[in-house]
Amino acid sequence: MNTYTDYATGAPIADTKAPEGPIEGRWDRRRFEAKLVNPANRRKYTVIVVGTGLAGGAAGATLAEQGYHVVQFCYQDSPRRAHSIAAQGGINAAKNYRNDGDSIRRLFYDTVKGGDFRAREANVHRLAQVSVEIIDQCVAQGVPFAREYGGLLDTRSFGGVQVSRTFYARGQTGQQLLLGAYQALSRQIAAGNVEMHARTEMLDLIVVGGRARGIVARDLITGQVSTHFADAVVLASGGYGNVFYLSTNAKNSNATAIWRAHRRGAWFANPCFTQIHPTCIPRSGDHQSKLTLMSESLRNDGRIWVPKAKGDTRPPAEIPEDERDYYLERIYPAFGNLVPRDIASRAAKNVCDEGRGVGPGGQGVYLDFADAIGRMGRAAVEEKYGNLFEMYQLITAENPYEVPMRIYPAIHYTMGGLWVDYDLQTTVPGLFAIGEANFSDHGANRLGASALMQGLADGYFVLPATINDYLARHPHDEVDPEHPAVTEALMSVTDRLRRLLENDGDRTPDSFHRELGELLWDECGMARTETGLRKALERIPALREEFWRRIKVPGRGTELNQSLEKANRVVDYLELAELMCLDALHRAESCGGHFREESQTADGEAARDDEAFSYAAAWEFHGTGRAPELHREDLAFEYVHPTQRSYA
Amino acid sequence: MRLTLRIWRQRGPEEPGALSVYEIEDISPEMSFLEMLDTLNERLILRGEEPVAFDHDCREGICGACGMVINGQAHGPERTTTCQLHMRHFRDGDTIDVEPWRAAAFPVVKDLVVDRSAFDRIIGSGGFVSAPTGSAPEAHATPVPKPVADTAFEHAECIGCGACVAACPNGSAMLFTSAKVTHLNVLPQGQPERESRVLDMVGTMDAEGFGGCTNTGECAVACPKGIPLQSISTMNREFLRASLKNGGRGAR
Repeated sequence: MNTYTDYATGAPIADTKAPEGPIEGRWDRRRFEAKLVNPANRRKYTVIVVGTGLAGGAAGATLAEQGYHVVQFCYQDSPRRAHSIAAQGGINAAKNYRNDGDSIRRLFYDTVKGGDFRAREANVHRLAQVSVEIIDQCVAQGVPFAREYGGLLDTRSFGGVQVSRTFYARGQTGQQLLLGAYQALSRQIAAGNVEMHARTEMLDLIVVGGRARGIVARDLITGQVSTHFADAVVLASGGYGNVFYLSTNAKNSNATAIWRAHRRGAWFANPCFTQIHPTCIPRSGDHQSKLTLMSESLRNDGRIWVPKAKGDTRPPAEIPEDERDYYLERIYPAFGNLVPRDIASRAAKNVCDEGRGVGPGGQGVYLDFADAIGRMGRAAVEEKYGNLFEMYQLITAENPYEVPMRIYPAIHYTMGGLWVDYDLQTTVPGLFAIGEANFSDHGANRLGASALMQGLADGYFVLPATINDYLARHPHDEVDPEHPAVTEALMSVTDRLRRLLENDGDRTPDSFHRELGELLWDECGMARTETGLRKALERIPALREEFWRRIKVPGRGTELNQSLEKANRVVDYLELAELMCLDALHRAESCGGHFREESQTADGEAARDDEAFSYAAAWEFHGTGRAPELHREDLAFEYVHPTQRSYA
Repeated sequence: MRLTLRIWRQRGPEEPGALSVYEIEDISPEMSFLEMLDTLNERLILRGEEPVAFDHDCREGICGACGMVINGQAHGPERTTTCQLHMRHFRDGDTIDVEPWRAAAFPVVKDLVVDRSAFDRIIGSGGFVSAPTGSAPEAHATPVPKPVADTAFEHAECIGCGACVAACPNGSAMLFTSAKVTHLNVLPQGQPERESRVLDMVGTMDAEGFGGCTNTGECAVACPKGIPLQSISTMNREFLRASLKNGGRGAR
């Protein structure tokens, strides 16, 4: 058994392909300099898109509209079910419809600052520029955004900003945006421009002659493993939050596509940058299979508090006003309950660690709407948050109109992902990563309502512009299906599945997944220490070894076998988790969502270390159980000058 | 809690199925129905038996993946998705029947998993606004009165779970189809394709083998998202209007 806590440092990343010049003009310049493919030639090119969420659905539809032949995959039974559908709160755009001082520049600024100065400026500026077009596009598709009585679009404000730039569709914004993309995609499927493979999971990447030329996929119904070839491959398979077992991700969301791509040469950037969302429903017991988010928009009107006294078990209604600690309003008077996610999450953990938490196990804080109901009336609160209150009541059997909600932080989003250049291309030529699957725009912390913006920006506008350049430079040629690289990828997938099925063990895939998840949450969650991370780096290889000795997968490979699917994903989590811990260990600073206990100010706030860590860490794979190689992308801040974030 | 589960087991589409009986103990009332099934499956695996296959994903009631007939009711006794149904709605000692959606247009894949791809084909035949990326005008160019936007939203909430079809004695997909027709046909953006949309979607719905509507209203009772039954009459009106205007011909 090999363990590693050290790593080699390779050459830094010299060129991100981001154009030079004033930042406002860079995206225009890149689009102008990109080579184009003649419309008549586009149908000769095949592009594989893995995933049908906001990024993948939008990209598949748009590439097909442009005339490319798209072959698309999702593990769900329908492309409409990708987990983007569960995003509640909204989508940011610099429309400045409120005339409240918003602008592209300000959205850019807020996003770079919110990301704690660990994102690439050129990408973030482009995101802010494109945000404006996204709203237009979605409205044209019939997305039923919230509107005011005059018929114009309504907006609300979100954590970490002081303008009202978040467009929403009640608490179901992700659903409505995804259905818009899904409908556009369905139109292209029906027109024969997209070949859709639902219930099919990508299990490996095929690299021929140094370029991504296809994937190995398994039909989840028949179990058949097959190869699919293309001129370029786009991964839109989402984030890796489920490595923690308990997260707000869908149960089947997984890291296999990006991890297999990483093993095939795509560098993985900032894997330890994961986001802990402050407003989730606390867990109710050991049977808990996933965590449910309550939209952060609730913090607009809800007030967060805990009792001032430790171990106060009185019902909330019996705790008088002067014995309550509205700790966010107290510590951060300017932003109050609307501080960014990382700060709200850590503050919640701190008060619970002090023994002032509420609910089962003291792992919760109150989110109270009594004042809002008093101020706006129950009907107005219901109009704004009705479905969220209903969901909360369904799960907890408590009525939040009458008793305060209980919330606790949970893993929600992963800012890390495959390293991509300005064109969203990974280090494997012809392999692109979009949406949450890449690492690009959110730095060390994502602001609320920015994931939907990035997914749709990448899918509708950025990738469809940049992929042209790659395709134009690589005229179509056929992949030899007998090529050794193809056979090797196919064999490695079938061998692994056979090994899982043949092992005569005594532990279920879920039991390993839970154990790994708890270890990660404890040692690589909100607060990290060198000792804890070293411990995790010792433990993970041992767990991996135990997995291969004791795993038990019932059934056959030639049919629907959900245990086999799970086990196969856990294999990848067991490698990814190790890289996350190494990345966290090497980044000895507190930054964004992560509090490194050795790196704090005198008054206990996170201390970022720009001197040592103002870079994106891109890791190159060198084998299971072998130390990876670090490549730094140094970050230059020409427009937004790094400051220690202050929301006080 | 201690429960007796009678669960439909079926190896594949062409194989016969039957109810299998499982006794299960130590179920917490705080568990969701799916967490109860997870618990059963973990125990089945350790006993060397095959776990029960069922569709599920977000477990927040929004993706529409889960769905089973519980004691004869689509999604069980509460008006919610199966993933949001909790065991506190059952009593210690209960016997619970668990079956897949039953409808001609939703063939069983395995155990509780069915094939709902017919829904995707209905959407593909007209459930969209043809607005290719990049072609959109400024969002505020067309104001949409709030009541119209609210009506559109109320119908756009459909999650495509298929409970309406499972609950309908005729296996009809009228509520699903009418929800999308109403969402898009009331909006100004949906006007140019208003007639072809309803004609093509209804044509596809019939071709996929869904039954007709006899106004039993079971669909709207089972719908976890509360899509109103009136949406069916809206679609019927739209269909009649489009038939008169287009002579019954859709776009395709």
